[in-house]
Amino acid sequence: MRKTALDCVYKLSKIDERVVFVGSDLGPGVLDKMKTEFPQRFFMEGVSEQYIVGMAAGLAMEGYIPYVNTIATFLTRRCYEQVAVDLCIHDLPVRLIANGGGGVYAPLGPTHLAIEDIAIMRALPNMAVVAPCDADEMNRLMMSTLEWPHPIYIRLGKGGDKIVSEEKNGFELGKSILMRSGTDGMFVTTGVMTQLALETADLLKRDGVNVGVVHMHTIKPFDAVGVISAIENVKAVVTVEEHIINGGLGSALLETCSDLRPELLPKIARVGIPDKFATEYGSQNSLLKHWGITSDTLVGAMMKKLGG
Amino acid sequence: MPMDDRSKLLRRYVIDAMRGGGRGHLGSSMSMTEILRVLYDSVLKYDSKDPESTDRDRFVLSKGHGCLALYAILADKGFFPVSELESFCRPTSRLGGHPERGKVPGVEASTGALGHGLPIAVGLALAMRLQKRKSRVFVLTGDGEINEGSNWEAGMAAAKHKLSNLTVMVDYNKLQSYGKTSEVLDLEPLVDKFKSFGFATDEVDGHDVAALEAIFKKLPFSDSAPSAIICHTIKGKGFPFAEGNPEWHHKSGMTETDIQQMYDCL
Repeated sequence: MRKTALDCVYKLSKIDERVVFVGSDLGPGVLDKMKTEFPQRFFMEGVSEQYIVGMAAGLAMEGYIPYVNTIATFLTRRCYEQVAVDLCIHDLPVRLIANGGGGVYAPLGPTHLAIEDIAIMRALPNMAVVAPCDADEMNRLMMSTLEWPHPIYIRLGKGGDKIVSEEKNGFELGKSILMRSGTDGMFVTTGVMTQLALETADLLKRDGVNVGVVHMHTIKPFDAVGVISAIENVKAVVTVEEHIINGGLGSALLETCSDLRPELLPKIARVGIPDKFATEYGSQNSLLKHWGITSDTLVGAMMKKLGG
Repeated sequence: MPMDDRSKLLRRYVIDAMRGGGRGHLGSSMSMTEILRVLYDSVLKYDSKDPESTDRDRFVLSKGHGCLALYAILADKGFFPVSELESFCRPTSRLGGHPERGKVPGVEASTGALGHGLPIAVGLALAMRLQKRKSRVFVLTGDGEINEGSNWEAGMAAAKHKLSNLTVMVDYNKLQSYGKTSEVLDLEPLVDKFKSFGFATDEVDGHDVAALEAIFKKLPFSDSAPSAIICHTIKGKGFPFAEGNPEWHHKSGMTETDIQQMYDCL
């Protein structure tokens, strides 16, 4: 997914002279092609995220579209004031490409785990927050970013994820995608959790339970119309996110329903990362299991809401 | 050195605004008044009737709390009417307690949170270079402000990119909110710090108009490095009760007597 995102930056830089790339201290060889062909628009600026975000703002004020890339925790926690003030108050078209959303960096421990990034980015006016489900969707997202006039936070999952998105569904920022319709229940998902939800829906189907999946690649602006349409006629709804349970996708859905359709609230359950920092290392999958984000827990949450 | 009529006029505008808002960062604005006066009178290229013209020089007030001095010179230059100064900090005014881009004509960046101006200015200077424009970028920081590490991150980058079109001015009045900079977090040796970060540097009396004009004429100090000017100033300059007095860093709830006391100094 990360490779796709950066390949897209290169493609965009070829078709639009406003595109610049700003990295902190990424691995060797990152975007070499862009660096070779457009050295003046390629910046590798060192471990200095506060400066990098401000500098990107300055470039954007003069008409550029900076794509800024580093690890998600450093791009959110480290420079939150710069993101809020320099990007969001000024409302500038800077794109933050955040590596390793959720448990991707499991072996590296809690300093590297972006578990609350969606919540804190979502709290900022003008910021859009997107989390595509696979590399194909990342491609569609990235190629649609040139004309969005506001800042965008782009959360990357791990690499090599199974492709579950479909080209026919396209990508429109702020529009949910009904990946599978369902009559009994609905998983509301974001990022790579859409894959887990689709697998779980398959398992439930074998047991005669018809559950759909609505994919919220954009958590902000939140597609209230789309998601309400997807959930209003089912009996149970489970939100699934590789993100802390406070303030992310599940919270966004509860807020939306509380404001617009409070009668839907009782049928919604949330699955996400518990409200604590990770105490284990291992792999992303082992961490997800530790957090209770597995097909089994999804089945359990759905069946409980269905009264099963 | 006694203040001339122009310096007094700009200070009068600041008091007009403080009278309207009943508050303001007097000390921080008075230390930078002559720096801005010389910049806008003799150095910067701009058109107050077309504040977004692409070939303008960019001035970023990083120490946004000094906005009263900026509003005074912008009004004086016709970016907006002088009469608007008295709306300072009122609910629907364009002139807030910190300056905002998009609201106030001539303000390049919304500042107030400290340590943001120089990183933004580096981006602006890089943009000028990319677009092969001759526009220069100036940024004014406070001294307490450069406690923030983001300035030094940006400083390293400005030197790396050899941004000779970028000039940093430090309003070195030696007082921050709590007290002396030498006691809160000492900046010395400040000139050497900037030098070691790759800047071409110089120092000036930040209230000496002729000296300021002369030093700005020397810019850029180097063709392959950003410039830094350490401006030695007096916090609250022009108001004996406020000079060097941290109590006047910011004042609120000002009375007519307070305001009259200030006018009487000019």
